[in-house]
Amino acid sequence: MKTYDAIVVGGGHNGLVCAAYLAKAGRSVLVLERRHVLGGAAVSEQVFPGFTFSVCSYVVSLLRPWIIRELELARFGLEMIPLEASFLPLPDGDSLCRWSDPELTRKEVCRFSPKDAEALGEFALAMSKIGRFAKPVIDSPAPDPGSLHPAKLVELLRLGRHFSRAPEDELDLRLKLFSMSAVDFLDEWFESPVLKAPMSVSGIIGTMLGVRSPGTAYVLLHHYMGEIDGAFRSWGFSKGGTGGVSNAIANAARHFGAETRTEASVKHILVEGGVARGVVLENGDELRARAVVSGCDPRRTFLGLVGKQHLPDEFAADIARFKYRGSSGKVNLALDRLPEFRCRPGNGPHLRGDIAIAPSIDYLERAYDDAKYGDFSAHPYINVVIPSTVDPSVAPPGKHVMSCFVQYAPYHIKEGPQHWPERREAFGEAVIDTLQEYIPDIRSIILHKQVLSPWDLEQEFGLSEGNIFHGELTLEQLAFLRPAAGWARYRTPVPNLWLAGSGAHPGGGIMGAPGALCAREMLASGAVR
Amino acid sequence: MLYKEWAGCYAVRRYDVYVDREYYAVRHQATAMDASPLYKYDVRGKDAAALLGRIMVRGFAKFAPGRVGYVCWCDEHGKVLDDGTVTRFAQDRFRVTSADPALAWFARQSRGLEVSIEDCSRTLAALALQGPRSREILRGLIGPAIDGLKFFRALETRLPGKPGPELVVTRTGYTGDLGYELWVENDHAVRLWDALFEAGAPHGLLAMGLDALDVARVEAGFLLGGCDYTSARRALITRQKSTPYELGFDWMVELEREPFVGQAALARAAVQGPARRFVGLEIDWEDFERIYERYQLPPHLETGTSREGVPLYRGGRQVGYATSRSWSPLLKKYLALGTVDADLAAPDNELEIDVTCEYERHRARARVRKLPFFDPERKKSP
Repeated sequence: MKTYDAIVVGGGHNGLVCAAYLAKAGRSVLVLERRHVLGGAAVSEQVFPGFTFSVCSYVVSLLRPWIIRELELARFGLEMIPLEASFLPLPDGDSLCRWSDPELTRKEVCRFSPKDAEALGEFALAMSKIGRFAKPVIDSPAPDPGSLHPAKLVELLRLGRHFSRAPEDELDLRLKLFSMSAVDFLDEWFESPVLKAPMSVSGIIGTMLGVRSPGTAYVLLHHYMGEIDGAFRSWGFSKGGTGGVSNAIANAARHFGAETRTEASVKHILVEGGVARGVVLENGDELRARAVVSGCDPRRTFLGLVGKQHLPDEFAADIARFKYRGSSGKVNLALDRLPEFRCRPGNGPHLRGDIAIAPSIDYLERAYDDAKYGDFSAHPYINVVIPSTVDPSVAPPGKHVMSCFVQYAPYHIKEGPQHWPERREAFGEAVIDTLQEYIPDIRSIILHKQVLSPWDLEQEFGLSEGNIFHGELTLEQLAFLRPAAGWARYRTPVPNLWLAGSGAHPGGGIMGAPGALCAREMLASGAVR
Repeated sequence: MLYKEWAGCYAVRRYDVYVDREYYAVRHQATAMDASPLYKYDVRGKDAAALLGRIMVRGFAKFAPGRVGYVCWCDEHGKVLDDGTVTRFAQDRFRVTSADPALAWFARQSRGLEVSIEDCSRTLAALALQGPRSREILRGLIGPAIDGLKFFRALETRLPGKPGPELVVTRTGYTGDLGYELWVENDHAVRLWDALFEAGAPHGLLAMGLDALDVARVEAGFLLGGCDYTSARRALITRQKSTPYELGFDWMVELEREPFVGQAALARAAVQGPARRFVGLEIDWEDFERIYERYQLPPHLETGTSREGVPLYRGGRQVGYATSRSWSPLLKKYLALGTVDADLAAPDNELEIDVTCEYERHRARARVRKLPFFDPERKKSP
């Protein structure tokens, strides 16, 4: 029987990136995906004939440019289309659109606050500066502050020097960013709630926190680190849906010699004498490898596929404590025609970006209040995109697909997460009711509807508690603490078992960095030959 | 007609295919240019002078009503944010112009002061009437009152009519020539334009775009934010920022007075002296021509001003960069504005400038020159 150099469990984008790098380095690699399609949460599926949904993840920005280059993803089919605007419809019939053209944005913001219009430029500059400093952090393995190994110390020193080189006012800003709530942080810059509300939501995406919860400011930065073609802070659609990213990576991996298998569900990771030796599939097949890489989240990997019995107690306890608390759901709609917003009727560039239902900070905090006590938000924050406006390949001519990211939809509803299937319909209705306040005719143009609760994200996509980032992106779960202190460098307490998913540094989003950095560590350590 | 973006507006670059006609008009006849995209702020109140003194590198306590001043303002590190003009209409009434939006910055410095700041950028039109015939044209429009208006002074008057709309005339401009800037409410802007062209027709008044202005301002030695220097507001790194001393604004800085933004940093910078300086340069034409001769080509220059930065050398070492380059049809000289190491900034110092011919790089001699290159007597004449 063939022994692979590496078997990758989970064909999500990080697993695929890891496989592609290993294959490119000449190693024999097999990727096993439980579902019928590769991509994990970065997946495109024709859920209804003619309509391709980015079922889960729906925009791309953090995909590392060096990965695009090194894996030649453009050659293997990656095509990105930038978002043109961020549109905020308001219930009173007004609206705010932030464009990629700063002057146009200034004019829009001026209607609400001329001072904020100016501050917006200063804010963007400050955040880009910090984002620039954060870039090497997400592009290299997490430093290990406990290690005295000379090479690790050099890394730490380099990072320290990199940070200390920043001007003093930037240091202040960073400290604030790490400790404040998104709203408090934005309060220091802006006066208009109309601007602050949609900006603050970047701080809560995927976390079970509110815009007024301390620590949420940091995640704002995550959204300023995005980069497309060297332009910071830009977000894009992947042509054909986000599955296009995964497919390009899979094409690259296969080109370099990796094998990919779908509908190959791993039952458990084979641990013999405390060492990972391969995997056992649901159908009983045993596949052996010199290294096993998990693209699954830490809980599913360690407490599911490996089993507590093979783990040090302390580590198992850390993994069990790692916070997931999925807080979001997805509603995907197939539309008969373009939606008509009451505040900005007709077709226009405002529909070709992301659309935020986030009319005020109180609205967002109330949405969180519902979730705190175990219910989905009656009036949720919704981030809408209509990728068919710029990518006609995802819908029949004249028809459209509308992707709605919805928060809060807490995994832990008061009835218990297993009762989500009974509440799913009501959740979907709450979302459409909310949309109807802004798009009066929305109900009449819906052809098909797909509603995904965090429970569904867990059951169908293997995301523990439905957390889209493989564990919350809060400060105590990042860098050398992701997923557990001492184990942030893709190695695990089980020799030959590696972690390559978003639960590893630097975290979630379609970034590819955990997968690539994991492969790099594996190759450098000689783990695969 | 060719347009470009200016402060969120479409602004005319040139009305003609060539820039020459508009350029010659500003030096021999007169030109009118729509300068409305400029940012404008009306500052009013008991403490208006105190506020401006707190923001700008110079004080305004003793600045007489009717005067206009050219100023710059800095961040707390003494790095220039923007430059513009301040007009004092009355004890408690000022108008400030700027290249970038500045409302938030001004408002932030106004704590505890009895002052109001109104953004009139988009309600107030600005028209630059420049050139040797500009005074006569204005006389035709508003009468002999114009004759008493001295250089960098403001006149509050009215356009002809019953009642004529309010019109402010300042003897200012960006061409280094005799010239005026006219300020009216938007609603009357078209009327002003028409009246001006009626009065200006016998004097050869021509509409001018930004390209001709760009040549005139190089001759006048005026630096342009975003081209010759980067605002501290937009700079990503410290070396992109400049102190007023580096930009040759030494004469405007008044350190010994009430506190103002950047004062401490500027006091230190004044003692240290600038490491580099903004200078004028004249490129040696024969040297320049020689480079082209090697390829059996006549010397070639772009029309208008080139804003592509090129390195400056001395003895093989890079000592600065030229940020604006322009052939002066009037002076018959190839001029540049740039920034050089302070020890080489004295007039007549010889440097070398990068010249690309047939995609190959060469160096031509260039001498530091005193600014302005062009300074006609009529500019300030009574």
